[in-house]
Amino acid sequence: MRLTDRILPALTLLTVGFMLVGLIWGFFFTPDDFKQGSTVKIIFLHVPAALMAINAWLMMLVASLIWLIRRHHVSALAAKAAAPVGMVMTLIALWTGAVWGQPMWGTYWEWDPRLTSFMILFVFYLGYIALWAAIEDPDTAADLTSILCLVGSIFALLSRYAVNFWNQGLHQGASLSLDREEHVADVFSNPLYVSMIAFVLFFVTIVLLRTRSEIRARRLRALMAREQAR
Amino acid sequence: MMPDLGAYALPVLAAYAGGILALLGLTIQSLWKARRSKIDLAEIERTRKDG
Repeated sequence: MRLTDRILPALTLLTVGFMLVGLIWGFFFTPDDFKQGSTVKIIFLHVPAALMAINAWLMMLVASLIWLIRRHHVSALAAKAAAPVGMVMTLIALWTGAVWGQPMWGTYWEWDPRLTSFMILFVFYLGYIALWAAIEDPDTAADLTSILCLVGSIFALLSRYAVNFWNQGLHQGASLSLDREEHVADVFSNPLYVSMIAFVLFFVTIVLLRTRSEIRARRLRALMAREQAR
Repeated sequence: MMPDLGAYALPVLAAYAGGILALLGLTIQSLWKARRSKIDLAEIERTRKDG
């Protein structure tokens, strides 16, 4: 807690700074794309949100494994704290993808491999949050949600690699690639990198904040239980 | 100041409005939760000390 007390203000400042620069640069100071027109500006929200939607689940997977193997309470609480953040990231990716899809593909939604696996990932996030809320005993809840997290990891990975597994569907490949032909132009990739850093920082900041709340809530429950036992 | 978004103004603005609203909503809810947990814990710790 003392360490996070010291780093949270700096992290918050960095997050706000990167977020403002990334989104303002992307929205106001990038040109239209020759194919997509001004809808290209949506990538500065869509790509970082999709990146964090998957990586939040992977972070939860690591934390869940630590809980299952080492029974470290903070790791279970960190996974719990990350779930709503990952869910919001998935929601942003789905929303921005849908409003981009209508003018570009002629539809808000298509049962394309990547879109479908993202929708399933979103449902997993909802299920994970609901499971934590439904079980009273925190250790049992941590056990069951960790197992759910392991199962859901298949869909998190599928969301990332669906385009490569099934070479079909509407969704294009990665926007950022080592292959110069696939990689978006520098005029778009530079603000995109800034937005991606902003979203990573946002995730870390909010997860730290929420983990601290979960630790306090756990201590509160323990104290209340002790009071009642008296 | 506002860039010319042409025919795609509505989807671009809708994407940004929705995305920023979701980020702000999550931030506000997280801050509220942090504040609430801090107050509740301080209160019970004070009660224990007094009692």
